[in-house]
Amino acid sequence: MNNALGTSALRVALGMALAAIGLAVWGVRRRDEDFVRAAYAAVYANAVLISLAVAAMLTALLTHDFSVKYVAQVGSRATPTLYTIASLWGALEGSILFWGWVLSLYAAAVIYANRKRAGALVPYAAATLMGIAVFFGILLVGPASPFGLVSPIPADGPGPNPLLQNHPLMAVHPPLLYLGYVGMSVPFAFAIGAMLSGELEDDAWITFSRRWTIVAWGFLSAAIIAGMWWSYEVLGWGGYWAWDPVENASFMPWLTATAFLHSVMLQQRRGMLKLWNMCLVVSTFVLTILGTFLTRSGILSSVHAFTQGPIGYYFLGFIALVLLISLVLIAGQSGRLRASGSLDAAVSRESVFLLNNLLFAAFTFTVVLGTLFPLVAEALRGVKVSVGAPFFNRMTLPMGMALIFLAGVGPALPWKRATRAELRSQLMPPAIALVVVLALSLALGVREPYAVLTFAFAAFALVANGREFWSGTRARMRSHGEAAPIALARLIGGNRHRYGGYVAHIGIITVVMGIAASTTFKSENEATLKPGGSLVVRGITVRLDRVWGQEQQQRFVVGADVTLLEHGRAIGTLTPRQNFYPTSEQPVPTPSVRSRADADIYINLMAFDERGASATLRILIEPLVSWIWLGGLIVMFGAGIASWPTRRRAGAPADVRAPARAPRPSPAPHGASATATHAAPSTDLSGAD
Amino acid sequence: MRVSGSRRAVLVVALAVIVSGFAYLTYGGVGDNLVYFLTPAELLAKGSDGFDRPVRLGGMVVPNSVQWHADQLDLRFRLTDGTQSVLVHSHGAPPQMFRGNIGVVVEGKYDRSGVFESHNLMVKHSNEYHPPKPGEKASDMYKTLVREGGS
Repeated sequence: MNNALGTSALRVALGMALAAIGLAVWGVRRRDEDFVRAAYAAVYANAVLISLAVAAMLTALLTHDFSVKYVAQVGSRATPTLYTIASLWGALEGSILFWGWVLSLYAAAVIYANRKRAGALVPYAAATLMGIAVFFGILLVGPASPFGLVSPIPADGPGPNPLLQNHPLMAVHPPLLYLGYVGMSVPFAFAIGAMLSGELEDDAWITFSRRWTIVAWGFLSAAIIAGMWWSYEVLGWGGYWAWDPVENASFMPWLTATAFLHSVMLQQRRGMLKLWNMCLVVSTFVLTILGTFLTRSGILSSVHAFTQGPIGYYFLGFIALVLLISLVLIAGQSGRLRASGSLDAAVSRESVFLLNNLLFAAFTFTVVLGTLFPLVAEALRGVKVSVGAPFFNRMTLPMGMALIFLAGVGPALPWKRATRAELRSQLMPPAIALVVVLALSLALGVREPYAVLTFAFAAFALVANGREFWSGTRARMRSHGEAAPIALARLIGGNRHRYGGYVAHIGIITVVMGIAASTTFKSENEATLKPGGSLVVRGITVRLDRVWGQEQQQRFVVGADVTLLEHGRAIGTLTPRQNFYPTSEQPVPTPSVRSRADADIYINLMAFDERGASATLRILIEPLVSWIWLGGLIVMFGAGIASWPTRRRAGAPADVRAPARAPRPSPAPHGASATATHAAPSTDLSGAD
Repeated sequence: MRVSGSRRAVLVVALAVIVSGFAYLTYGGVGDNLVYFLTPAELLAKGSDGFDRPVRLGGMVVPNSVQWHADQLDLRFRLTDGTQSVLVHSHGAPPQMFRGNIGVVVEGKYDRSGVFESHNLMVKHSNEYHPPKPGEKASDMYKTLVREGGS
C-alpha cells in the first residue's frame, strides 16, 4: 500500500515536472497565458504528489511497514518515535526524497507568490526549478528509490545509524540544512530565468534572488551552527569544527551566498557587478549540488555518506550540465551584464563591499581547494591524503578577521564618497572600542595575536553595528517624538534589509567571539578515577561517584555519575555516557555538558572498568562556547527580519533605484526610503523588499 | 565599473599579482599540510622521508603488544599491516573497544627514535552490519555494571 502509493506518486510527480517545463516554455514562446497557468498548476501538482510520497514514507516508518525497502533499511521497532521520524532524512534514499520534497514546496511557494506577474521571468524560473526537480525525480524513481517491495518481509529492522539516533539535534540540523541548501535553487532559477527571458535590465530577477537568498542563507547559517552543536554534543572530542569535507560542503555555498548578499546591493543601488552577481548565484547553487555529491556519493567516508553506488555519477553529470548551461547563457548575455554604474571614490561603502567580495572569493577558493585536493590527488596519483586543519586555519583566519573588521567599517561608511569629517565621526567610537579591548586583552595577559586581534575587531564591529540602532532610534525619537521601543521597532520595520543585516552581523560577531575564546582559552585534562576520586581543572573539582549500566529499549547505556564542586561546594552533577547500539561494535560517546554563559564544563566518558572499579574521564573547560549557539540564533533572527514579507501600502515611497538619486543612508533614518530602493511597483509579495 | 584605460590596466595588473600570489600561497599551503594515509610498510619504505611529518597510519593492533598504564594514561602498542609493524605511543585512554587484532588509524608523526607519536587514535569499524555474536553484546559484557548500579 505505502509502496504502491509512494512509487506512483513519485512517478507522476516526475511527469508533472516534465510537463511544467514544456508548458512553461511553450506558453512563453506562444505568449499564451493559459499554457503558463497550466505550467504553474503542474508545479503545484508536483508539490502535492511529492508530499503524498513523503506522507506514505512517514506512515510506513511510523507503522513499521518493513515491506518498504527504506523502512527495512533504517527502521526498527525499538527506535523512539522522534528518531523514527528523523530517519526520514537519515539515510540516502530518504534524504533525496526529503530534498525533492523541500524543492517542490519552495517551487510551489515561489510560483504562487508571483503567479500574477507578467513577462517570461517567472515561467522560465518555474521551468528551471522543475528542471532541478526532474533531476531529483529521476534519482527517486531510479537509483535512489526509497520505495520498493521487500520480500520476505522482515520482522524488524536494524534501526538508524547509531550516531544519528543519539541526540535530538538530529531532528533539527538536517531539515535546516535542506531548507538552506535547496533554497539556493530559487535564486539560481531566477538567474537562469532572467537570462532565458532576457529580462536582465530591469532588476526584478535580482530583487527576487536577493529576497530568496536571504531566506535560504538564514536557514543555512542556522544549519551550520546546529551541525557544529551536534558535533560538539555527540562526537565527544570537545570541538565543533574540524574542516572535515562534510562540514566544508555546507560552508562553501554559505560563503558565496554571503558574498552575494553584499555585492547584490552594489547592483541594486549602483548598477555594478552584474556579471559577478550572476556568477555568485550560479556558484552558490553548484556548490550546494557539489556538497550533496561529496556527502551522498560515498566518495568520503563519514557519517553523512551512506552507500557506495552509481548515484555519484548522476551528481557529477548534473553538475557538468548545470555549469555548461549557465556558462553558455552567461556568455550569450554578457553584453547585458555590463556595469552601468561606477565607483566614485576609494573610501566609500562600495569599496568596502568590493573588498568584502574579494575576501569571500579567496575564502571560498581556499575551502574548495582544501576540500577537493584529496579527491583529485587520489584520482590522479592514487595516493590517499587529507588536507590538515592547519592549512585551513592558516589561510582562513586572517581572511575571517579582515571580514569581521570590514563588518564594522561597512555600516560606518556612506555610499558614494566619504568625507574626512564623516569618517572621523563614524569610525571614532568603534575605533575607541577596538583600542580599549586591545589594551584590556593585553593587560589581562592574552598573548595569542589572533585572539587579541579577533576580540579587538569584534568589539570594533559590534560598536559600529550597534551604533546604527542607537543613533537611528535616537534620531527618530527626536524627529517623531516616539518612545524608544517604538522608535526602534519602526526604525527596523522601515528598512528591514538594512537592520536585519546589522542584526546578522551582530550574530556572526557573537559566533566568532565564541570560537576565538573557546579555542584559545580551553583547559583540558584526562584521568582514570576510582569512585570517590577527583580531578581539578581550572578551579572546578570533578568527582567520580559511580559507574553504572542500564538496559534500555533500543540500546545499552554505561554512564558515570560525576559531581562538580567549586570552592568546596557542589554546583551540579553530570552524567557522561557511552551508548551501545546493537548495530555497531563501537559505542557512541555521549558527553555531558554543563553550559554557563562564561564557560562550558564538558565531560566525556572515555573508558570504564567492566566492574565499575574505575572510569577514565576527559574534562574540558571551554569559555564562551554557548555564545556560538546564541550567535546562530541571532543570525537567524536577523535573516528573519530581513526576509519577513511585507505588503507594500499604496503610496509607499517611490522607486529610487536610479543611482543619481540614491540617497546616502545617514544615521538619521528617513522611514522606508533610506535603502529600500528597489521595490517593484506591484502590490503582491513578489516585489516587496 | 567604468574607469579610464590606464587606470584599468593598473587595476588588472594589480589584481593579477594579488590573485597569483594568493594562489601560490594557497598551493604551497596545501603541499605543506598534506597528511598522507599510509600503512606501516609504506611508512618504513619512505626511510628518513617518513620522519616528522603528519601521517595517518592504518593497520591492525598486534595481539599482546598492548601496554596500557591507566594511571599515567600511557599507551604503547605495535601496529601492523601483516608485513611490517611500527611501535605506536599515545597519551590518553584508548577507545573502549580497543584491543588486539582490531583495525585502527592513528594520526601523528613518526619520530627519529622509531616510535610513532600519535595524538589521535581511531578504531576503524566496518560499515557492514553483522549481528553481535553472543560474547559481543554490550548488555552481556557489562552485566555487572547493571547489578551494582541498580538504576
